[in-house]
Amino acid sequence: MLLEFKDLRVAYRGSRGRLPAVRGVDLTVDAGGTMGIAGESGCGKSTLAMAVLRLLPKSAEVSGEILLDGEDLLQMGWGRLRAVRWTGASIVFQGAMHSLNAVQRIGRQIAEPILVHEATTTPAAAARRAEALLERVGLPAARARSYPHELSGGQRQRVMIAMALACDPDLVIADEATTALDVMVQAQVLQLISSLVTERGVGLMMISHDLSVLSAVCDRAAVMYAGRIVEQGPAHEVFADARHPYSAALSAAFPVIGDPAARMNPGGLAGDPPDPVRLPEGCSFRPRCAVAVDRCGGESPELLAVPVRGSAGGAAEAPRVSACFVAQEGMPVVR
Amino acid sequence: MTATNTLSPRALRWARRRQSLTRSWAAYRSQKTGMWGLVLLGAIVVLAIAAPVLVDESALSVTQATGGRMAPPSAAYPLGTDETGRSILALTLWGSRLSLVIGLTATVVAIVIGTAVGITSGHIGGWYGWIALRLSDWFMVLPSLVVAIALLAVLGRSMATTITVIALVSWPGTTRLVRAQTLTVQSRPYLERAKALGAGHWHQMTKHLLPNVLPLVLASATLLVPSAILMESSLAWLGLGDPGVVSWGSILNRASENGAVSAHAWWYLLPPGLAILLVVLAFMMCGRALEAVFNPRLRGES
Amino acid sequence: MSAEEKTLTARNLRVEFGLPGGRVARAVDGVDLDVAPGEIVALAGESGCGKTTLARTLLGLERATGGTVAFDGVPLRYSTRALKAYRRQVQLVLQDPTGALNPRHTVYDAVAEGLRIHKIHDDEPGRVAEALSLAGLRPPEQFFLAYPHELSGGQRQRVVIAGALVLQPSLLVADEPVASLDASVRGEILSLLLRLKEEQGLGALVITHDLGLAWSIADRIAIMYLGRIVEQGPVERVLTAPRHPYTRALVSVLPAAPAVKAAVAEPIVLAGELPDASRIPGGCRFRPRCQEVASGNAASVLHQCTGEDLKVLGPEAKPHLVACHLDRNLHEGARMAG
Repeated sequence: MLLEFKDLRVAYRGSRGRLPAVRGVDLTVDAGGTMGIAGESGCGKSTLAMAVLRLLPKSAEVSGEILLDGEDLLQMGWGRLRAVRWTGASIVFQGAMHSLNAVQRIGRQIAEPILVHEATTTPAAAARRAEALLERVGLPAARARSYPHELSGGQRQRVMIAMALACDPDLVIADEATTALDVMVQAQVLQLISSLVTERGVGLMMISHDLSVLSAVCDRAAVMYAGRIVEQGPAHEVFADARHPYSAALSAAFPVIGDPAARMNPGGLAGDPPDPVRLPEGCSFRPRCAVAVDRCGGESPELLAVPVRGSAGGAAEAPRVSACFVAQEGMPVVR
Repeated sequence: MTATNTLSPRALRWARRRQSLTRSWAAYRSQKTGMWGLVLLGAIVVLAIAAPVLVDESALSVTQATGGRMAPPSAAYPLGTDETGRSILALTLWGSRLSLVIGLTATVVAIVIGTAVGITSGHIGGWYGWIALRLSDWFMVLPSLVVAIALLAVLGRSMATTITVIALVSWPGTTRLVRAQTLTVQSRPYLERAKALGAGHWHQMTKHLLPNVLPLVLASATLLVPSAILMESSLAWLGLGDPGVVSWGSILNRASENGAVSAHAWWYLLPPGLAILLVVLAFMMCGRALEAVFNPRLRGES
Repeated sequence: MSAEEKTLTARNLRVEFGLPGGRVARAVDGVDLDVAPGEIVALAGESGCGKTTLARTLLGLERATGGTVAFDGVPLRYSTRALKAYRRQVQLVLQDPTGALNPRHTVYDAVAEGLRIHKIHDDEPGRVAEALSLAGLRPPEQFFLAYPHELSGGQRQRVVIAGALVLQPSLLVADEPVASLDASVRGEILSLLLRLKEEQGLGALVITHDLGLAWSIADRIAIMYLGRIVEQGPVERVLTAPRHPYTRALVSVLPAAPAVKAAVAEPIVLAGELPDASRIPGGCRFRPRCQEVASGNAASVLHQCTGEDLKVLGPEAKPHLVACHLDRNLHEGARMAG
């Protein structure tokens, strides 16, 4: 087990009081495994990513455990944490332009973490490794002498991936790493990520609002809503056959082309995600839910195993869990 | 749509204005320095307005002066007298009126010119924008006192001339500020939306650009007033003010001309000097607070 | 209704920009397109393909350097008055509703702005309320005094749409109307466009990079590559049986139903990125990235691909149009054989 969240809770102190962002998340990523986290802005998925590298702002109150190779990241001293960042786990952010230093050549920026974390490496060797990394992510080695503004969005995202791989981490976190990219460039970057994961055996935690992207890259996917995981299972099953009405709506937002059910039927959910300060009673998804039953208003559903329908094509190799009373009873979650 | 009948567009607009005013005031009130500045400014304005009630205008007349020549403070003359025997307290009180009037008027003129040129040059651009920008640059780099002296020499010394001179040398700063803000707002999608709705230049400038630059202009205006007052004082101290009226600068001018410094007549120099300091300070404090209220970047909003 | 009535037409439209260094970017390089009331046309392509410039030109926000834009059969003129009259008919919905609303204007003012610009003064509150409820903000009075920052992203986009609807246009041009919205809210906004089409007979040109969106709401789709439309036709045909290599590649990298997957077998991930609009390749502009050229499938027409520019597609005599030498060759071959 590479990464494990145990009852992680994060709240931000702000002018409106405590804003709970993550409300009790249990999740594991196996070594070499790929886990997708889906959800919309404000659901806590980015907070989860930032918590792993302890990049949260000072106003965040964190409780629970985050174990990386069995070691609790939240209890680590700063020296150990610095070593873990890059070498243990690294992160690829969304806005590559803002995460790169505009006045430094990208070769140096990739070599920098190598020099910092591996005292024995000479600058020349680090530069050679930076060039090799660039070639690995599909850019010519000569690009090491370029500045970030000379690259296109897709190329910058490749540079970010090269930087994340610089110190051979066991875990890479990709936070909306392909969101701003065009379909074809996104496909290129996703292909690159997939091949790197298989080739190097790194664990991947990929965060996106697009379930279809996750289903293309990840083995498993978890869907978050209002700070909690509401569904988890094999990624393609969560996307194609959701067992929580919210995951179903997320899937419908990215329709399958050629699917007659999606034609002239954009779906969508009424209302907006809940205000974290005033979460609804019972299931926090109930106000937007089309299949809610009486029970949903009174108690908050736990994440429990759901019956796998026979038609799903034999026994599923991994259990599917959903925090929905309707799904737990084996009823359909879409009207 | 029965409910809409009770809400006329005008009532709605007023409701909205009231709302935003209340909000801005609440934000301003949380600024401690701003509140102190406002209290100080209020006190100065009240004194300036009440000057004719507090001290009769005859106290300014050289011929009717009753005090001794440059007498130190006494019970009858709490701040002493000048070389003609007039009360310094009376002079300073009356001087505040002129200083404030000139400072405010010159600022208003400068702001109006600066805003008009700034918005139009930023919005219309092209050769007009280029010329307007060069013109404001030219005025900006001119040494203001030299221009003032030259203009006063040509136009003659009067209050109107002083105001014109101050306005003329202070508008380019506002133009720069307004132009920069106009260009920022200009690139916002809501201007594109307005254009697509069919809005002409006038609508875009008055409904979108002006309301967005106005708060900043207001904040900068409060910082412009003290500099205008200082400039008026400098001009008057150099003997370029309107000879017929009393301002803080003209008091200082007379003081230095009549050897108040060598006579160690601190009571002659200190009151107008301190008055200038206080007014400048009050405006500065208000201006900084207004800036913090209106400038979203300082407020930490996007 | 005649074919011309209230239809927005572009014929051989070209928009060029001068770049520093004397180069010229051909952002829109010959486009024929029709949008009629009561139909939703999707214009899809990657960023930099010229789709936003095309939209701005159709709205008269950008001047065409060649070709014509016409509405209701009348060519668009650029005098202030002509543009103003035109804009009552064709309205814009921008991508980012947060930026599209003046933060200092209330919802009421934002929606009433169009009425004030066009000096429509009778029953302003009634018209604003009606537009808001058409856009799905009910009860409308409750939103009158709200400021944009007090609304959610979906509600803001509804306000922007209401601001366009208040002038009772016959067409909307929506530039990525849901790209900046949360996934679960997107469907609602798209449903709104669909409902407006069905109930009000409103036509829409929806600019998007998302083919799934086209599948959800559009009747017709035009695929744009480097300033030109390379394939257009009914959504069902273009997306389930794409014929242009570029469209096939786009569809292949998206999640698709088994029937479509049968037509487009393996994911085709094109190498490289969209070239600069100032350096459009000669011959077929897609050739340098074309998978058919790379695999040698196009060997029989390669001389045409390298040497011969394709004709501008349209005006639509045939429902499904493709700008590809190989495709034309195959079809002509099929016709002769048949």
